[in-house]
Amino acid sequence: MSELHATSVNRGFEAVILPHLDAAYNLARWLTRNSADADDVVQEAMLRAATYFSGFRGTNPRAWLLQIVRNVAYASKNLMRGAALVPLPGDGEGTAQMPELADPGDDPETALMRRDDARRVTRLLASLPAELRETMVLREIEELSYKEIAQITEAPIGTVMSRLSRGRKLLAGAVAAEQG
Amino acid sequence: MEECDHLLLIQAEFDGELDAAEAARAVNHRASCAACRAAYAEFEAARKLIHADAPYHRAPESLRRAIIKGLSAKAPERPRGPAWWREGLSFGLGVALAASIAVLVIAPGQQNMIDEVVAGHVRALQPGHLEDVVSTDQHTVKPWFDGRLDFAPPVKDLAAKNFPLLGGRLDYLDGRPVAALAYGRDKHIIDLFIWPGSGGSAPSTATRNGYNVVHWSAGGMTFWAVSDLEAGQLRDFVQLWQAEN
Repeated sequence: MSELHATSVNRGFEAVILPHLDAAYNLARWLTRNSADADDVVQEAMLRAATYFSGFRGTNPRAWLLQIVRNVAYASKNLMRGAALVPLPGDGEGTAQMPELADPGDDPETALMRRDDARRVTRLLASLPAELRETMVLREIEELSYKEIAQITEAPIGTVMSRLSRGRKLLAGAVAAEQG
Repeated sequence: MEECDHLLLIQAEFDGELDAAEAARAVNHRASCAACRAAYAEFEAARKLIHADAPYHRAPESLRRAIIKGLSAKAPERPRGPAWWREGLSFGLGVALAASIAVLVIAPGQQNMIDEVVAGHVRALQPGHLEDVVSTDQHTVKPWFDGRLDFAPPVKDLAAKNFPLLGGRLDYLDGRPVAALAYGRDKHIIDLFIWPGSGGSAPSTATRNGYNVVHWSAGGMTFWAVSDLEAGQLRDFVQLWQAEN
């Protein structure tokens, strides 16, 4: 690759991919649940994206980047898999999959939030299993379509839909339960 | 309350995913179904909670600066290769042992490619980098490349020959995205890089930093196998791979 070509590829990357850095960070931050890991995941993802960028032929750079972010996050550790559970009375489906309440691996920030009722939504969302959490974040915070979420999470659209409905039910139910 | 079969239809309407006719059908159904009305209220409650309280985490300025800096550092061309002839000499000893297939020394003009494929292999050995699609099934790995590459790499499983396929990933070599297949042999990993290339050439070999490299081309594809596996075993792998249909 000539230097000239490398530079023009970089320019294209900066124009096409860099605008989605916030989206990349948001997803990484919700997946890893702490800022240090999110930094690492995004740095690695951007490096990979820059490496593969010349082969990118798609029309949706944001979804493409988020897919890379997700792959890096999942590969980086088993960090999001065994998410802590907020038990929901009468919800056998949720409790079967997520047996723990306290997550001793939480960082201080999460521990603080745990004591802060005003941040309960963040805490409840962060406590969802990764598959539900990422789907909820991509739909409700990033406001992506089912199709985009399916691409990013490498799941069929039907799976995206059922994850969304489970995530919403868990979240709404948990808040209702806390409010007594 | 029991879930209604139309739950996901109702949710799709809530998410604006339906066309006008389907949306009207969903609204009509909701009017007559208490379970779906309750579910819809839950969807609304969850969205309201998230929009009110869940933060959008923006990338810190320090991270943005670090990434931009990293990009500009990446731009300059890789420095031209080291004294390839010295490598060629030390590697000559290994060639003398090669008996099973006709072995040539990789041409001097390809020395930069040897550096690149070895670097690609070493990078891939970092934790979590080896495969993006983890599968021992060639029929899973092959379709995974569709849409990710502008060519269809041949994917073969050699599990029966004790070189099981571990998975595939994309890599970037020779100025283009390429397919990388990972194979295992005991505790060793073999990376096989594949991309379109002209001509047919018999396998030629080299060593670099303790890694053995075998290069050949066939059927419109160029192949680079790299591993810390002993040179003879890597050549066996190549021979088996070529023989396998």
